[in-house]
Amino acid sequence: MSYPLANALLIWRLTLEHLQISAVSCLLAILTACPLGVLVGRVRWLAPPVLAAAGIFYTIPSVALFAILIPVLGLGVKPTVLALVLYSQLALIRNTAVGINEVDAALLQAAQGMGMTNTQRFWRVEVPLAIPVIFAGVRTATVMAIGLASIAAYIGAGGLGVLIFQGISTGNTDQILTGAVAVSILALLADAILSSIQHVLRWAMGVRA
Amino acid sequence: MMSAPPAIFLDHVSKMYSRGYAAVSDLSLAIEPGEVLVLVGTSGSGKTTTMKMINRLVEPTSGTIRIGGRDIREIDPIQLRRSIGYVIQEIGLFPHMTVAKNIALVPSLKGWPKARQAERVAELLELVGLPSGEYADKHPHQLSGGQKQRVGVARALAGDPDILLMDEPFGSLDPITRGQLHDEFLKLQGRLRKTVVFVTHDMLEAIRLADRMAVIDAGHLLQVGTPREILAHPAALKVADLVGADVTFKLLAVCSVEQALEPLRDEPLEPKIPPIRSGDTLKDALLAMVAFGQPTLPVVNGGGILRGQITLHGLQQVVANQAQSHPVEESKPSTASKA
Repeated sequence: MSYPLANALLIWRLTLEHLQISAVSCLLAILTACPLGVLVGRVRWLAPPVLAAAGIFYTIPSVALFAILIPVLGLGVKPTVLALVLYSQLALIRNTAVGINEVDAALLQAAQGMGMTNTQRFWRVEVPLAIPVIFAGVRTATVMAIGLASIAAYIGAGGLGVLIFQGISTGNTDQILTGAVAVSILALLADAILSSIQHVLRWAMGVRA
Repeated sequence: MMSAPPAIFLDHVSKMYSRGYAAVSDLSLAIEPGEVLVLVGTSGSGKTTTMKMINRLVEPTSGTIRIGGRDIREIDPIQLRRSIGYVIQEIGLFPHMTVAKNIALVPSLKGWPKARQAERVAELLELVGLPSGEYADKHPHQLSGGQKQRVGVARALAGDPDILLMDEPFGSLDPITRGQLHDEFLKLQGRLRKTVVFVTHDMLEAIRLADRMAVIDAGHLLQVGTPREILAHPAALKVADLVGADVTFKLLAVCSVEQALEPLRDEPLEPKIPPIRSGDTLKDALLAMVAFGQPTLPVVNGGGILRGQITLHGLQQVVANQAQSHPVEESKPSTASKA
């Protein structure tokens, strides 16, 4: 227990770094994947190729992905963020597409029959009703990003992974454990917070939890 | 009044789908202002397609539809739909919106100020018998089936449309709730006098609610007329078939006790029989006769004053008069009422 107490400030700084990398990645992932998900939900034939592509990214080992990205983007935060964004695509695209597709056709017809334009129907009916499902994807992607962001330290992007990699190279088990436990706590905390938001959303959208 | 154009006029309307399948073929129908016209037929008969062509959810392949004399192709579909109330089965309430938001939907689409929307919501909830203070902020999943449907009706009325389209609105309710809602609907319609196009496959519902019924089968309009005309003089074997074998019972359900009222005879009536009201239906009277084992019932008016009596024989007379075999060609082709 001496290591974390003696290095509290360092751990705090690395935690913030870690959160920053994860948050930026998630934000960018949402901004790219959600519109794609809506498109895939609308244009049915697009679903198999897009999901297959996202699935391929998902299965590439992170080290291999870095090997591809580093020559182009160099070391540091940029390849890390891009990698995390690519990894998150599958969960986000799939959940967005499913969320949009699962909106009851009768509701869409009611919306149309009452005189909503397509834009109004999208924002007032489809998006709110799909949000709980989309948000479940966001939750999965966030937890995954926090875990994977540890690898960022390997290519000099910082974050809690620094403790793990340093600990491995110096044989400091306390340091490794501190890094690993901190990442786990961060992931669990994020999951708990997002889960409660999800419950509120489900309630607000009239879905009985 | 006679020269006014029909509220809705379908002029030789057809809807063809691919492979030459006609959902609706050459259907002409004039719907008068303030009447409840029930489109009745089995599922797949084209009744819903016919209704959806009125608010342009479905575009006809050929023919013209006029609302108040105006070809609806000249009206922007979004504006057209906002001017027509639309009720579908309970599923049509938006689950993520409160009751108030659901009802205020068309007013909000029309850009009414918030205060006026709130006023309208309260007014409509009162109208359908749901106290606004209690229900406005609830979500649809907190309501019973019957309450949802009342909200659905309130929502359709929100923009104060002249025309209401109702697509099997009471289909998913249990028979008792459905009966209650029928009564409420008729009471409401008595006050509002909207032009209502009501789609159902339930012949009894059609008979109860319709001013006139339009019987549709396989995309063809078979007959238009009052429920009594259609029950008594089905224009085709197919109509008689759709109306069903228990015609007598259904006929009794659309005739009032008034029609079989007889003066009291000299011999005193069994004192323990509860009287029947003159506004009740003959079906109610028949059920009471069976229940109490009495072929004769006292009849009172709304105020409870004895008006006369009704007998089983009288009931038979009414049915016989209604169902007298008139030649088929005598039933008017009320479809082509306007050229």
